[in-house]
Amino acid sequence: METIEDTLRQHSFFTGLDAELGKTVSGCARNRRFDAGLYLFREGEPADEFFVIKHGAVALEIAAPGQAPMVFAKLGAGEIVGASWLVPPYRWTFDARAVEPTRTIGIDAKCLRGKSEADNHLGYELLKRFIPVLVKRLQETRLQMLDVYGKSDK
Amino acid sequence: MIAATSDPFVPLRYRVARVTHESADTTTLDLVPAEGTPPVFRAGQFNMLYAFGIGEAAISMSGDPDDRNRIVHTVRNVGAVSSALSKLEPGCTVGLRGPFGTVWPVESASGRDVVIIAGGLGLAPLRPAIYHVLSRRGQFGRVIILVGMRNPGDILFRHELEQWRSRLDVELEVTVDHADASWHGNVGVVPALIARMGFDAASAIAMVCGPEIMMRFSVNALADAGVALDRIHVSMERNMKCAIGLCGHCQFGPHFVCKDGPVMRFDQIARIFATREI
Repeated sequence: METIEDTLRQHSFFTGLDAELGKTVSGCARNRRFDAGLYLFREGEPADEFFVIKHGAVALEIAAPGQAPMVFAKLGAGEIVGASWLVPPYRWTFDARAVEPTRTIGIDAKCLRGKSEADNHLGYELLKRFIPVLVKRLQETRLQMLDVYGKSDK
Repeated sequence: MIAATSDPFVPLRYRVARVTHESADTTTLDLVPAEGTPPVFRAGQFNMLYAFGIGEAAISMSGDPDDRNRIVHTVRNVGAVSSALSKLEPGCTVGLRGPFGTVWPVESASGRDVVIIAGGLGLAPLRPAIYHVLSRRGQFGRVIILVGMRNPGDILFRHELEQWRSRLDVELEVTVDHADASWHGNVGVVPALIARMGFDAASAIAMVCGPEIMMRFSVNALADAGVALDRIHVSMERNMKCAIGLCGHCQFGPHFVCKDGPVMRFDQIARIFATREI
């Protein structure tokens, strides 16, 4: 039977992570399953757990009063949901909803923050993996903001 | 490639046979010649469409190159000419010069994975290439079609996209920039889909059409995936007037887009593509 440690080791996000560090990370992890329509987290809630998607899809949404929530990204297997756990005050700034039955590994953020403080090498290895994800999503968000498919104002 | 008409400046009369309203601002016109048969065109080429009394605009063919009975154009209402073309009704007459310009590399793609990346209205100039490839499906490796749109309501050629997606020998993904919760497809930018497709980057041929910013990001993502720049082709858009490389309105560095394009191999334009104000 595949352990959480095995799953994390095989996940693209953790590729190349030292086995000992992998064991440390998996010590903060648990399997989490979400039926379609269930929220992994909601805006404003404490960012005390982030998710590694094993299977399924998760919509990231922003709610506005009087309007249907707007989906601004959809993530799938192999992707990471949530980075606000890295940055004080550790609160989610959007909603994350499973759009189909979704299996994830949930990683206890408080646990991982504590271990990263105690072992800066672990913290550095995690940041090396999170920063490219954040930069990529920032670039993609910029492109979305440009509304390139809209009519030209000229 | 020059126009099929004897005098490339003289438009021929075409009758609007059918009008399809694709979205609030995008219309597809099926045109048949007032006399004779339409000229043969190849995927990627364009015609100059003349709205009588208003002016001309360069519009890519969006129909099947193997269809010898009609010429199909998809027009977005963004200016005086395209607005007039968008308002045409069946039976109206329009002037047409062409076909002009270079073609998508569907011949040299034979035996290779084909990656077609369209953004917004950029799907229209790529549709002839898709028809070509799908009607000769056995000649190609994997066929991957990636489409980015603004939102689900703007999806162009939705019915055909659904048909193509249902085929077992085509991998097609549509993504939108944003949506509400009723949309179950991808949300995000089209270049982000490229890395997930896992095609044979060492030999794949990529064809990209859309807003220039979208093409820039897509080319970067293709290059990151390992596709050599000489196997990436983009369709450029500039203000074309004469369409035969004389007037210079569509100059793009040392090239005239009407004559040397609109389909251009990316390695040959990479430097000027990155130059501002060109």
